[in-house]
Amino acid sequence: MSHSAQRLGVVAESTPGETRVAATPATVPQLVSLGYEVIVESGAGRRSGFTDDAYATAGARIAGREETWDADVVLKVNAPSADEIAALHDGSTLVSLIGPAADADLVDALARRPITVLAMDAVPRVSRAQSLDVLSSMANIAGYRAVIEAAHAFGRFFTGQVTAAGKVPPAKVLVAGAGVAGLAAVATATSLGAVVRATDPRPEVAEQVRSLGAEFLDVGVAQAASTDGYARETSRDYDRRAAEMYAEQAADVDIVVTTALIPGRPAPRLLTAGHVARMRPGSVIVDMAAAQGGNVEGTRPGEAVVTENGVTIIGYTDLAGRLPAQASQLYGTNVVNLMKLLTPGEDGRLVLDFDDVVQRAMTVVRDGEKTWPPPPVPVSAAPTAPAGSAASAPVRETAAAPAGRPPSPPGRRRHLVTAAVAVALFLLTAFSPNALIEHVTVFVLSIVIGYYVIGNVHHALHTPLMSITNAISGIIVVGALLQIGQGGAVVAVLSFVAILLASINIVGGFAVTRRMLGMFTRS
Amino acid sequence: MTLSTAAQAAYIVAALLFILSLAGLSKHETARSGVVLGISGMVIALAATVVLTADGSGTLAVVLLLVAMAIGAAVGLWRARIVEMTAMPELIAILHSFVGLAAVLVGWNGFLEVENGGGAQAEVSGSLLGVHHAEVSIGVFIGALTFTGSIVAFLKLSARIDSRPMMLPGKNSLNLGALAAFAVLTVLFVVSPNLGLLVALTAVALLLGWHLVASIGGGDMPVVVSMLNSYSGWAAAASGFLLDNNLLIVTGALVGSSGAYLSYVMCQAMNRSFISVIAGGFGIEAGPGGDHDYGEHREITAVETADLLTEAKSVVITPGYGMAVAQAQYPVAELTRRLRERGVEVRFGIHPVAGRLPGHMNVLLAEAKVPYDIVLEMDEINDDFATTSVVLVIGANDTVNPGAVEDPGSPIAGMPVLRVWEAENVIVFKRSMATGYAGVQNPLFFRDNSRMLFGDARQRVEEIVAAL
Repeated sequence: MSHSAQRLGVVAESTPGETRVAATPATVPQLVSLGYEVIVESGAGRRSGFTDDAYATAGARIAGREETWDADVVLKVNAPSADEIAALHDGSTLVSLIGPAADADLVDALARRPITVLAMDAVPRVSRAQSLDVLSSMANIAGYRAVIEAAHAFGRFFTGQVTAAGKVPPAKVLVAGAGVAGLAAVATATSLGAVVRATDPRPEVAEQVRSLGAEFLDVGVAQAASTDGYARETSRDYDRRAAEMYAEQAADVDIVVTTALIPGRPAPRLLTAGHVARMRPGSVIVDMAAAQGGNVEGTRPGEAVVTENGVTIIGYTDLAGRLPAQASQLYGTNVVNLMKLLTPGEDGRLVLDFDDVVQRAMTVVRDGEKTWPPPPVPVSAAPTAPAGSAASAPVRETAAAPAGRPPSPPGRRRHLVTAAVAVALFLLTAFSPNALIEHVTVFVLSIVIGYYVIGNVHHALHTPLMSITNAISGIIVVGALLQIGQGGAVVAVLSFVAILLASINIVGGFAVTRRMLGMFTRS
Repeated sequence: MTLSTAAQAAYIVAALLFILSLAGLSKHETARSGVVLGISGMVIALAATVVLTADGSGTLAVVLLLVAMAIGAAVGLWRARIVEMTAMPELIAILHSFVGLAAVLVGWNGFLEVENGGGAQAEVSGSLLGVHHAEVSIGVFIGALTFTGSIVAFLKLSARIDSRPMMLPGKNSLNLGALAAFAVLTVLFVVSPNLGLLVALTAVALLLGWHLVASIGGGDMPVVVSMLNSYSGWAAAASGFLLDNNLLIVTGALVGSSGAYLSYVMCQAMNRSFISVIAGGFGIEAGPGGDHDYGEHREITAVETADLLTEAKSVVITPGYGMAVAQAQYPVAELTRRLRERGVEVRFGIHPVAGRLPGHMNVLLAEAKVPYDIVLEMDEINDDFATTSVVLVIGANDTVNPGAVEDPGSPIAGMPVLRVWEAENVIVFKRSMATGYAGVQNPLFFRDNSRMLFGDARQRVEEIVAAL
């Protein structure tokens, strides 16, 4: 190598109660393979169960606090304190959770230093960036842990059993919000055997909920599909109907897990004290939005409280951190994926490419210049599918909307075309002799019938469809048959050839279609 | 009830049976009864026509007719029995050409009959004569176009000629010029019908058909074949107008709109307009997006692939035209069977334009006895790639290109593709690092989760089966 590799520093977390670390013995070799020299602060992995020795074996150098903070790239989990910001050297890069939308003061403090800061929690929701998305990976763990915490506090089984000592009904679990955390909670609760229901204002997630074996509770008030992958604030009408539904469910379920968050706003209030009061004693609520103010009235962030009627409300804000080894491993992998993106040459040199929407969106500060907020990144194709058409596929999350080709013709153009065809047909028919009009009528109606009949054909049968239409288009033989005896020798010969060809078509087409269809079998 | 009204009644019954036949073909469960309905319709129509002919003409005509049908039927059965499933596109193309030629002959006959003043149908007069001549001209034109177009498609699909697009200078003006010539010739023919004009008109149509398909490349063949299918229907419908026969009109219109709909589906699947397919090839106007450095690709061996597959929980196979070329459907089916026996979930993801014919891959897999309920279409499987352990890309390229989604500058930007790259591992079977039909490099090959397995797909899959 013609230049010295940059140093990556993995520092110990200073936030009280934090158990995670930004790199693990499993991710260190991957960082090393990108060409970096990896330094790990002594004791950084202790609370995740990773020893200094393990890091050293994986290829990292163990160092003290000062030397680690002096690295060219500092990898961290939580946002840095004022002291820590001061410890970064000029021109270095910091990678950690920042929460730039919520903490403008922190962003300003960072921008006062000539450094570059990448926020792991500002990854845009495009398909390509999924491997960097810490919010998703942490939400996944937190959703799992939320159910485990609930099971711990809940005095009964989750699964229904018939035992010698009597019959046990299954626990009923309601998950509010079917994002990553909500779906993880749904999956965990179903795997423990509970009867799970989930609700979400975004109707497009119903399918995912059902695919995990849970029931989707539809509030029944239409909400616009999400364009950025995150939930939005709901309409007043929706809220009223949702409140009724929660009142009903609270009386019925044993466990409630709430996960509703709206980016950049306090968490929406889903369950009031009145709802909680309707729950049975011994029920458990896990409020995963506690840090943002809570979805449940009476939640205390970081604590588990028991209400007067015996309902436990768990407001832990460190759910992901309660699985430290797992959380560190996933966070560390997200960091590795980011470093791969930032090290195109695999030569231990970090290169920031502002033309890449992912890198642009994550960069909060570049060389002391504040670059937050980034320009918006749309992640879903706009829902332009024509209503009612057979082709209206569900809107899917795709990467940055492809430019270039215009969208499908807007309704107005379609109407113009229809009108033009109608006028042309009118003129053609109006000036035709009577005999022709009858034919035109039959012709036009047959086209319409053909369109609707073919529109339903299963894609796998397109080839048999073609060969059978081929066979029946051999019906042209009828024309030749009618002509064969009508003219002179020339006409007879031409008809003979035409009949022969068309017969090949008819018989061959039907025979090959039968042969093909005979091959399609079900497992 | 006269013989004539009985025949008309039979035609209506036949037309309805054809509609029911196509409707039956929309589902696997009813497809076979759909074929039976189609055959019944055809038998009824033919029987009625033969009786009608026997009544109005001499025995010679009837003998000729039966001989012609017998020969045709024998040839048709023979071809249908021996055709390889990989050669279906060629067979269908050549069958289209027969319909086209038959339509030309019927048109010519229609003209000759009137000119000779013989036969019942020559009793046209006055304004109807003009209409009759216009119908002759349109029928011959569409028929001739279908005939040469299908011949070229057949030659290209059976690799008897180069499948690259022929690029004549000003090819769009040539096509438009031919259409204009057709319009002028038709008007002249209606005003003063003579044989010379009909010959000229036929020649123009034959050349246009040839040129139209010759200038379209191999990968656009699904669109071309379904387009020709549609033309063959319109040709039959035009003959129906000419002969005052509603059965021909109904059947022709059914086939015509069916082919047009299929072309539309194929164009959607490539995010291209019908006009742009006709007007010329990919990669020519768009040009490659520069010499982008994609990094290194990594290789894998058949044995390593087998290891990966045995540890996988779910496997998706996305075949393309390359599987048909390598005749790899049988070993692929065997691999599928073995993996399913081991409890691995195996499914297939089929892109709408994979292969050279709509639904081509489905037929090949069915031939090799892959159950059709694990063969899914793009929209059904695209969301599942993220939870798939291994994807085997066998002879597909453009239909799995992430550039279509991620690179707005790519020539295939916006084309719906199979999102295979979201899977944990992607194994790409390929003969070399050459680009696909669109001439676009595929960034998939250079992804961290992608491995290349070079060589003949059939051989490689057989090696994997052996290593399992």
